[in-house]
Amino acid sequence: MAGQIYVYIAHKGGVIDDTALELIAAAKKIDPAARPIAVVTGSGAELDQVCAEAAKSYSQVVKLASPALAHPNAEVVRKALLAILPKDAVILMPHGYLGMDLSPGLSVKLDSTYVADAIDLEKTADGKLKAVRQEYGGQVSTHVLCRMDDGIVINVRPGAFSPDESRSAGGQVVDKSGELGDLAASREFLELVQAAVGDVDITKSDVLVAVGRGIGDQENLEIAEELAAAVGGVVCCSRPIVDAKWLEKSRQVGTSGQTVKPKVYLACGISGSFQHLGGIKGNPFIVAINKNPKAPIFQVADVGIVADVVEFLPELTERIQEG
Amino acid sequence: MNSILTSPAAATFLGIPGPVLFTLITVVGMAAFTYILVRRFAPLLRAQPDPRFSDLPQRLWKLLKFGFLQWRQPRYMFPGVLHILLFAGFLVLSVRSISLVVVGIVDGFVLPGLGGSAGVVYSVLKDIAATVVLAVAAIAMVRRGIFKPKRYEVPARYGKDHTWEAVLVLGLIIGLVTFDMLFEGSEAVSQMRAGNDVGHLLPATGPWLVAYLLGAASPGVLQAVHLGGYLLHELTFFAFLCLLPFGKHFHVITSLPNVFLGKLRKGTIKPVRWDVKEEELDNLKSLGVKTFEDFTWKQMLDFYSCVDCGRCSDNCPANAAGRPLSPRFISIKSREYAFKRYPIFGAVGPAGEPLIGNALHEDEIWSCTTCGACEEECPVLIEYIDKIVDLRRGMVDEGMVPQSLQKPLSALEKRGNPWGKMEKKRADWCKEAEVPVAVLDGGGSAETLYFVDSITSYDDRMQKIGQATARLLTDAGIEFGILGAAERDSGHEVLRFGEQTLYQSLKEQNTEAIQATGAKRIVTADPHAFNALKNDYQGLPPVEHISQTILRGVREGRIAFNPVEDQSKVYTYHDPCYLGRHNELYEEPRQVLESIPGLRQAEMERCRDRSFCCGGGGLMLFFEPEEEQRMGVLRVKMAQEAGANVIVTACPFCLVNIEDAIKVAGLEGEMEAIDLTELADRQVKRQVTAIDNCVNQ
Amino acid sequence: MDILVCVTRVPDTAENEIEVSKDGTDIERGALVYSINEADNYAVEEAIQIKERVGGSVTVVTVGTEESEEVLRREMAMGADKGILLTDDAFAGTDGRGIATILKAEVEKGKYDLILTGALADAGAGEVGGMLAAMLDRPYASLVNSIEIVDESTLKVGREVEGGNTEMNRIKLPCVLSIQTGINEPRYVGIRGIRQVASVQIPVHGAGDLGLKAEAIAPRVQRQDYFVPTFGAGAEMLEGSNEEIIEKLVEMLKAKGGLK
Repeated sequence: MAGQIYVYIAHKGGVIDDTALELIAAAKKIDPAARPIAVVTGSGAELDQVCAEAAKSYSQVVKLASPALAHPNAEVVRKALLAILPKDAVILMPHGYLGMDLSPGLSVKLDSTYVADAIDLEKTADGKLKAVRQEYGGQVSTHVLCRMDDGIVINVRPGAFSPDESRSAGGQVVDKSGELGDLAASREFLELVQAAVGDVDITKSDVLVAVGRGIGDQENLEIAEELAAAVGGVVCCSRPIVDAKWLEKSRQVGTSGQTVKPKVYLACGISGSFQHLGGIKGNPFIVAINKNPKAPIFQVADVGIVADVVEFLPELTERIQEG
Repeated sequence: MNSILTSPAAATFLGIPGPVLFTLITVVGMAAFTYILVRRFAPLLRAQPDPRFSDLPQRLWKLLKFGFLQWRQPRYMFPGVLHILLFAGFLVLSVRSISLVVVGIVDGFVLPGLGGSAGVVYSVLKDIAATVVLAVAAIAMVRRGIFKPKRYEVPARYGKDHTWEAVLVLGLIIGLVTFDMLFEGSEAVSQMRAGNDVGHLLPATGPWLVAYLLGAASPGVLQAVHLGGYLLHELTFFAFLCLLPFGKHFHVITSLPNVFLGKLRKGTIKPVRWDVKEEELDNLKSLGVKTFEDFTWKQMLDFYSCVDCGRCSDNCPANAAGRPLSPRFISIKSREYAFKRYPIFGAVGPAGEPLIGNALHEDEIWSCTTCGACEEECPVLIEYIDKIVDLRRGMVDEGMVPQSLQKPLSALEKRGNPWGKMEKKRADWCKEAEVPVAVLDGGGSAETLYFVDSITSYDDRMQKIGQATARLLTDAGIEFGILGAAERDSGHEVLRFGEQTLYQSLKEQNTEAIQATGAKRIVTADPHAFNALKNDYQGLPPVEHISQTILRGVREGRIAFNPVEDQSKVYTYHDPCYLGRHNELYEEPRQVLESIPGLRQAEMERCRDRSFCCGGGGLMLFFEPEEEQRMGVLRVKMAQEAGANVIVTACPFCLVNIEDAIKVAGLEGEMEAIDLTELADRQVKRQVTAIDNCVNQ
Repeated sequence: MDILVCVTRVPDTAENEIEVSKDGTDIERGALVYSINEADNYAVEEAIQIKERVGGSVTVVTVGTEESEEVLRREMAMGADKGILLTDDAFAGTDGRGIATILKAEVEKGKYDLILTGALADAGAGEVGGMLAAMLDRPYASLVNSIEIVDESTLKVGREVEGGNTEMNRIKLPCVLSIQTGINEPRYVGIRGIRQVASVQIPVHGAGDLGLKAEAIAPRVQRQDYFVPTFGAGAEMLEGSNEEIIEKLVEMLKAKGGLK
């Protein structure tokens, strides 16, 4: 018999993260009758704001407030969670920058199992968890199986589950800050260094022409620029293009880059790693052009074209210029 | 004829007898000069070995052609002719200078053999020579000092302007000949006054002019001019001598030996160490050139011999494209470093000091495409490519390899091609060859082996070259096979990018695979593979480039071409570096073009041995240099200037670069590029049935 | 500073097409080539650079098979002083938790001020570093993209976070860090370098040497199968000639406001 399901609520600047609602859906995949408990860490008025918001969707919200939790330092958050979570808890975490930092160690300290970056979950007949994970940049997927009854920490990929928008829980906020013990840590947050702002703000454009490894050569960026000019958009890119220093970091879309909300997204030579897709919000119309018919991008795109972008884009540009 | 004026050896200077003074000047001058030379050659004694005394006849021929006949000088006509005159004048005057030195010590000294009429002839000759030298030096001084040709400019990153050095030495040369003219002219006037015949005094020569100008001078003035001229000549002479080893005029001493010692085999790369066998390189602690002493003595002599004429950099495509490379400054900076490290007085610089970061920097060494334009142009035969490769070997050994090159190198190691594509796909291009291609990876033999190499095997566009080559070989009646999955990259660029060990491994695998086929000859359409198999590898059957094969087919009547229909097309042939300059195959591809009826041809100004590199092949495709523009774009513009609208090349890498450049230059539709094999394949007369019979087995 | 870097050998995915084997239990490994996990290579380079700055030693360790020795030698050719291979039939099929347990046993045999891992391996979950740190009770930071040595007992590390921003942290030594790609420019290692360390002895430790019992490393998470994610689920694939495709696409773009 699996323990109570807890959901860690990510938030920033007093705004609750999208994953807070997605994880309800994830919890229901494990147990349709689940009444997950939300756990929120932080401090001050922002925390209360987030707790109140979470209470709309969770019947119970555990509030853990401390100045030490003002910035989500994984080591401090771990201590806070250990103070209140039972050993057999089923914990759902968003697989983001905090989740990656926090969950492996948390599972060790709880002596529970850890499943990273799950994109689908199901409970088997014998009460085990069966999760779907991706490997090799999404080229292949795998089912993993593990026991849940000793407790489990599951990191769920943001965006993998549709958010539960009902907001009808009318839950209570329980302040368990008093149960927090010593939160002293050997790791101390100093500051957040903002990424340099580039020449073009890709977050402001309705149409994005995104280029990836498939563009092949730095010189070919011109082809993308021409298409962008023709459609009245701007060029953005995936991480390898920035790593190769072909474009500035400010042009990168993805979890380690910018988050964009365009209307139309033309993914040119982009394979579609989830880190990249994680930066595309607002459900744009995605057109994927890729040489490899097996590229994962085709699973999320609205329209797919199997073609070499270096040949295809100039033809498309020409046609668009004709009007 | 006895002299009328008191000769230097008979005179006293401030109470010092002439012979004493001039012996002193000579001894001090020669001692200083010897000391300086000994110090200058100190690093050569600590340098790596370099066998340069083989093939004497060939070396003597080089010395005559490039040394005494100054073969390359007229490639830059005006300055070249000036230099030839100056050089010839110097040769004549060197004899005069030696005898002049002795004249101050032994009164009336005449060099053996220059006594009688030979002496008169020589005297006339040297007067002409002196006059020519004076005129040339004056013109050169005006040219360097006032007109300042762009070629000699020193970009800020390479230090200060060198004009003063040129002007100073030209001034010394002018001084030398002028002082001698004063010395001789004053005596001539005196002789004429005495009614003696000075018939050898040719009108319009310097001494004649001096004699004319001094015609009215008093005997006292003449005597003073005579002795003063001599004294100043001696002082200038030794000053000049001792000054030579301090800069570019060292070439006066080192360039003739440097030409004699020049590299004999084009297209090759020197071994890592001449004294260590290839298979024993693993025993070395360090590989390649890292410190100055890792250079060979000949490489150091190259630095000393650089004339700073800038012809190398003027022809260097990397320099033209704004990459951080100027071959001239590889020599100049290295020479300056050598002078600093081995000072005339004082201790040698710290042991083990790396060259990269102190004399040279990484980017300039990676920027070279090894096209060879610099070496083709250098009047004193300085070798750049071997040094670049040696320096790259040193950087590779230290792990200092640009990130953009690490992936292709590791793919070459694991998969035998720079893209990391699977070996089993290497022969996939054959499927669309339209003729049967024997793939010999599972054994089997062939008379002729077609070595395809990586880019033609794997690149979608370049596979067309392979397919055209296969068809042309079939047309020529040649039964051939390819190595397929057993083929590895030829490693041509791997060697030239300094990854010696990886190159050796590729070479061994290819050599073994080729020998297993029992092939009697090898043909390839890739000049880089051609050069690798022909010049880098050992123990292989003869290698030819497809242009040679096609031409032979034409001559033997096996291959004939249909006329070119589109007369609006003007073709220009771009010489690939490794076909042209490195292997001197200039005519064969052109003759193939000429054998196509109705093909209109234009020649670019920079063609044949002056061809301009398209941007480089092999690993250069992966390297991302900092540059202002692409070499290929410059090349495409040259084709445009020549009035051409089709660039024919004979190398897959040239085709990649030029096709890219056409796009970058925005000339799509106006300019196109085609490989020689594709053009020949398009124009070749074939009976339709013949193709039908051969369709893909 | 004595540094331990945990590395792993993975299929090189650059040009390898990863395919599922016929029975679905594994990927097709026949035509794959292997190399060191990319992030691990950055971790080793970082360790070597730290050693070059402040002295100390770099040890590379891997849990794997005998074939994993090649990645140890590669990293030793790069400049690591020592390699340790942890292999045992009993290790086969273990999970991230098991690998962290094995590493912990090895760490306790030595004395390391700093332990580095790569942020993520292609087939991994990015979990070993965090688990190892927790098992050792040492502080941990993941996705580290800069390291500055403050003093003998303190580091200042940058962590990659959302939006390309960097989160700066002070962290006490000894600690465990997982290193993100791009933190440095790893030096090149060729065949020659590897040959030069070919004769260096690499200690091999098995379960017995490490005092590990089978149950300690029994996997909690077991991979059931591999499968190719359903292809084209979302995308409507446009087919035909480029012209036809472009006509259709332009219509769609107009409808979606992608053309102005």
